[in-house]
Amino acid sequence: MKAPRFHYVRPESLDATLGLLAEYGEDARILAGGQSLMPTLNMRLSQPKVLIDINRIEALKGIAVHDGMVRIGALARHVEVMNSPIVAEALPLIAEAMPHVAHVAVRNRGTFGGSIALADPSAEMPACILALGASVVVDGVRGRRTIAADDFFIGLYETAREPDELLVEVLLPPQKPGHVSVFMELSRRHGDFAIAGIACHARVAGGVINDARLAYFGSEAKPVLGTRTMAILNGKAWPTASNEVVNAALDEDLDPIGNTFGSPATKLHLQKVLTRRVLDAAVQRARAP
Amino acid sequence: MSLEETLAIELTVNGERVESTVPVRQHLVDFLRTELGLTGSHIGCEHGICGACSVRVDGAVVRGCLMLAVQADGAEVVTIEGLTDSGEIADLQEMFVERNALQCGYCTPGMLITAAELFDIGLPASRENIREFLSGNFCRCTGYHAIVDAVEATLKQRLSR
Repeated sequence: MKAPRFHYVRPESLDATLGLLAEYGEDARILAGGQSLMPTLNMRLSQPKVLIDINRIEALKGIAVHDGMVRIGALARHVEVMNSPIVAEALPLIAEAMPHVAHVAVRNRGTFGGSIALADPSAEMPACILALGASVVVDGVRGRRTIAADDFFIGLYETAREPDELLVEVLLPPQKPGHVSVFMELSRRHGDFAIAGIACHARVAGGVINDARLAYFGSEAKPVLGTRTMAILNGKAWPTASNEVVNAALDEDLDPIGNTFGSPATKLHLQKVLTRRVLDAAVQRARAP
Repeated sequence: MSLEETLAIELTVNGERVESTVPVRQHLVDFLRTELGLTGSHIGCEHGICGACSVRVDGAVVRGCLMLAVQADGAEVVTIEGLTDSGEIADLQEMFVERNALQCGYCTPGMLITAAELFDIGLPASRENIREFLSGNFCRCTGYHAIVDAVEATLKQRLSR
């Protein structure tokens, strides 16, 4: 299958890109790594009038620490994030999750910003930035906005980014002492999209869990925080909270969508199993960092 | 429908400078196969699942079907033909034959070019690492076991040298 016809533009600057987005809006698609967009073009599920290739814009590249936050540029390739000493040191959740993102050839080309902007419900990075309480920075001719990850993911492939805006970077708080991260997912084959998964970040001391952030993905229309489950866990020693109580909270928090990889009931069951495994691992990691 | 939009590109393919004018919607593997006659890169699924179209762009293995030819403007592209001519993986290719790591051969160029990157990175040669690294390349004949055997044996041979 071959891509349909489109008009191709390759702006060299951020300003030129924002101008094009203002001009074409919903008729345009941003081409970053292309690892999700190109398949939809080849299968003709997407027929944009204009393809805006942002790969040459230097301002969107790089990973750096700035004002106490880790800034990951929208064009940072997955492989760069995976091999980054900054990420390994300050963002162990991202470092643990990255090997689960697709396969080597896709990680060599796919971008961090593209994964966040697409907001695939089974993707790892949206769940990670949600668990970490990161912020997404978008830019447009109407001005630059910083959107909390909590408010960024709205629905199935739907985000708070407007059609005339470009995701330029993600700002992530470095992990603080006393905190632990755990990332787990279940998939049919290593690197495939998750059937169920959790990105977890919490403060754990003496087996007691506080400030837990559990981001569930793979089962819902978007990555979601298990808010009731988090409230039940906070301030308590794990595993004293009974399975029934946690399971009941997850019944409220989650509303899985079935697909070829599992029915809603199967996915809910898998998320419950993963929740226990993730919390066990969190307590264990806090003991032996 | 508008006329086919084209763009002039300049790139290096297997060490040779190439200039061409390509339709903007043509992906890299179609360009390599139809314009340059480099048919070693295969087209399987054309949506990034099978890995048969794997090529090396600026030193990294990528899906040739998920990159437009116009995006390779200024890039250095190496296909299985170039990799074979350079002798970089001659030992691996011999080992593929010795271990029966191919039957129909459709996935083989992609497997080889991906394995070449595994060698470059220098991961410990565990079967688990090899399987993980090759997990984005489908083979419908061998059941993978012989491919992992060939990659593992080549890695060990290289380390013992």
